[in-house]
Amino acid sequence: MRRAAHPSPPRRRSPRWTAFAFLAPLVVYLIVFYAYPLYRNIELSVHDYTPRAFVQGNPEFTGWENYRNILSDDTFLRALRNTAVFTLGSIAVQYALGLALAVFFHRNFRLSAVLRAMFLVPWLLPLIVSASTWSWMLNSENGIVNAALQAFGIGQINWLTSPDTSLLSVTIANIWLGIPFNLVILYAGLQNISADLYEAAGLDGANAWQRFWRITFPLLRPVSAITLLLGLIYTLKVVDIIWIMTKGGPADASATLAIWSYREAFGTGQPDFSPAAAVGNILILIAFAAGLLHVHLQRKEERA
Amino acid sequence: MNRPSMSTRAAVFGTAVLALSALAACASAPQGGGTTTGATASGGGAYTWWDPYPQHDANSAWAKRVNSCGQQAGVTIQRTAYDTTALTNQALLAGQEGNAPDVILLDNPAVSTLADAGMLTTMSDFGLDTSRFDKNLIAAGELDGKAYGIPIGANTLALYYNKKILDDAGVDPASIKDWASLNAALKKVKAAGKKPITFSAIGTEEGSFQFLPWFWGAGAQLTQLDSPQAVEALSQWTTWVKDGTAPNSVISNSQNTTWEEFLTGEFAFAENGTWQINSAAKADFPTGIVQIPGKDGGVAPTPTGGEFITVPVQKDTSRYTATKKILECMTTPEGLVETGTTFAYYIPSTAEGQKAILDKEPTLKPWVEAVQSAKGRTSDNLGTKYPKISEAMWTAVQKSLSGAASPADALKEAQAQAKQATGN
Repeated sequence: MRRAAHPSPPRRRSPRWTAFAFLAPLVVYLIVFYAYPLYRNIELSVHDYTPRAFVQGNPEFTGWENYRNILSDDTFLRALRNTAVFTLGSIAVQYALGLALAVFFHRNFRLSAVLRAMFLVPWLLPLIVSASTWSWMLNSENGIVNAALQAFGIGQINWLTSPDTSLLSVTIANIWLGIPFNLVILYAGLQNISADLYEAAGLDGANAWQRFWRITFPLLRPVSAITLLLGLIYTLKVVDIIWIMTKGGPADASATLAIWSYREAFGTGQPDFSPAAAVGNILILIAFAAGLLHVHLQRKEERA
Repeated sequence: MNRPSMSTRAAVFGTAVLALSALAACASAPQGGGTTTGATASGGGAYTWWDPYPQHDANSAWAKRVNSCGQQAGVTIQRTAYDTTALTNQALLAGQEGNAPDVILLDNPAVSTLADAGMLTTMSDFGLDTSRFDKNLIAAGELDGKAYGIPIGANTLALYYNKKILDDAGVDPASIKDWASLNAALKKVKAAGKKPITFSAIGTEEGSFQFLPWFWGAGAQLTQLDSPQAVEALSQWTTWVKDGTAPNSVISNSQNTTWEEFLTGEFAFAENGTWQINSAAKADFPTGIVQIPGKDGGVAPTPTGGEFITVPVQKDTSRYTATKKILECMTTPEGLVETGTTFAYYIPSTAEGQKAILDKEPTLKPWVEAVQSAKGRTSDNLGTKYPKISEAMWTAVQKSLSGAASPADALKEAQAQAKQATGN
């Protein structure tokens, strides 16, 4: 941006104005859609916004109290643990399956393009459709999953209504949703690895397994890192699929931080925007920390 | 390229300024819009109307009825329909922006929330007499003795039954007088190889709504969630789920899902509302209803559902004249009957209206009785505390039914949670 806005003739005041003119739309965009919402979220979280205060615009300033209440709430530890299990479980399995499929399709056999396209279907479906379908499939009484298990003599499993399995169920559904994303990015990464390397390795007598661990995996590392990071950020904030399938229940069994925040704000008869914003800010911090870690690792790698 | 001419620079700058002013114009549009509706009002212009019935589009009988009430008041009505929960949030946002619509049809538990926010006019300030409306119904919209809206109708819960299953199992629905006789009936159905009962215990307001008849029917009060009576009510539900009298899926079933289960013809009883009357008539099997019994007999108080017609505070008070006419048009006895029949699930909220609808459709009699014995969730001056109590209650129901806690422990936690949230 800056380079484009600084044409060669020096000592002229006006190009700077031109530069500002070019920058203005971007700056306005950033302020309207990033800075202001973020500011508003922080502002919500340090006030006590009851519905009355929300309408009348005279909330009481409470400082850190919303955060203190949230951190001392029993739900917090539970939601944090659920968020960790849901997020890490999802991205680990999504990545592993996505990578396996990417390597599989990289061989370009007949119909591979068609099959690969079919794996993208979860991505194309509206979330409400896939989430509802999952919740029907996992229904305790009439779900197809239990019907299939019963054929093997396994008794009824209350996938969505038992505190032991509801988190697992929503994680499985989320993994299914996330595989296409991992597949597409990792597949693109594979295209960038030169075929010569495989050819050379083949001449040296490396088998498929060795070729994967010695060539594919190390060379995919930058792509893998960005895939995992993006996956982490996407998964941290997942609300819709859990909300449609279990509402975070039974009780809090599948409530993540994002679900908790959503429920405080919109899930009950009375909106509680301030605690919801505080939980949301904690989520932003977690995602931010993950981003910093990524940058740090990347720098370390570049130096090495 | 190296030396941008004056005109190029001017053009660039001009474009940027133009873009900025366009943005500014967009940003200020809502306020401008709000004032212009005020200006056109004196000339009869458009009145805004929000309701939670997106299923009724612009060509529906309901939309036509709203329009005709507008015409009678000499204005045109611009109707916007939102989903029930979205409507409350939209209303709060509009209140904050100061451009609330002229009329909002609000789900009754939301009335006290918006009234408490100072967004609604009281009916007495507005000059509308509320004494002809049933006390138990209008109570849901009262806060500190003032009515903030008028129920345009009411619905409530009862037990639908599948007559074929009951006949086959040898159960006489008239024998269901209390929980013991209900349990005896359920046992017979189970012995006959059918599924006895289904209800909705989902972790939302719907779950609390469905639990309340049993909760109140056992003699419990919303101010004391862990009373022995409350524990009895929750134990009853828990026993049903544990021993298979009710399916395990009730924990995640919405009222609609429950109804779909009932329509499969597998279930003998389903707890559901007035709004399913038409659907029940069209079912593949004969159906009927019984009132939900109290634990020791009698009819359990069921929670009232249904919308209140409310009038948000306007800066331009001259708008109220036409709004008042619209409200009167919607709430005449004929108007209430018309609303009731348009929706096929609304029981009028005045004695006169109830009589009129019974003359027209005598089969509604059990529902009219159910509405008469019903109780508002926000009544007893619980008002804005109700949503907090309700959240604690449905969480306890979920914990107990899923086996995460015993009924007594779940309710004890709920009471502590409700106490903390409502601050007393």
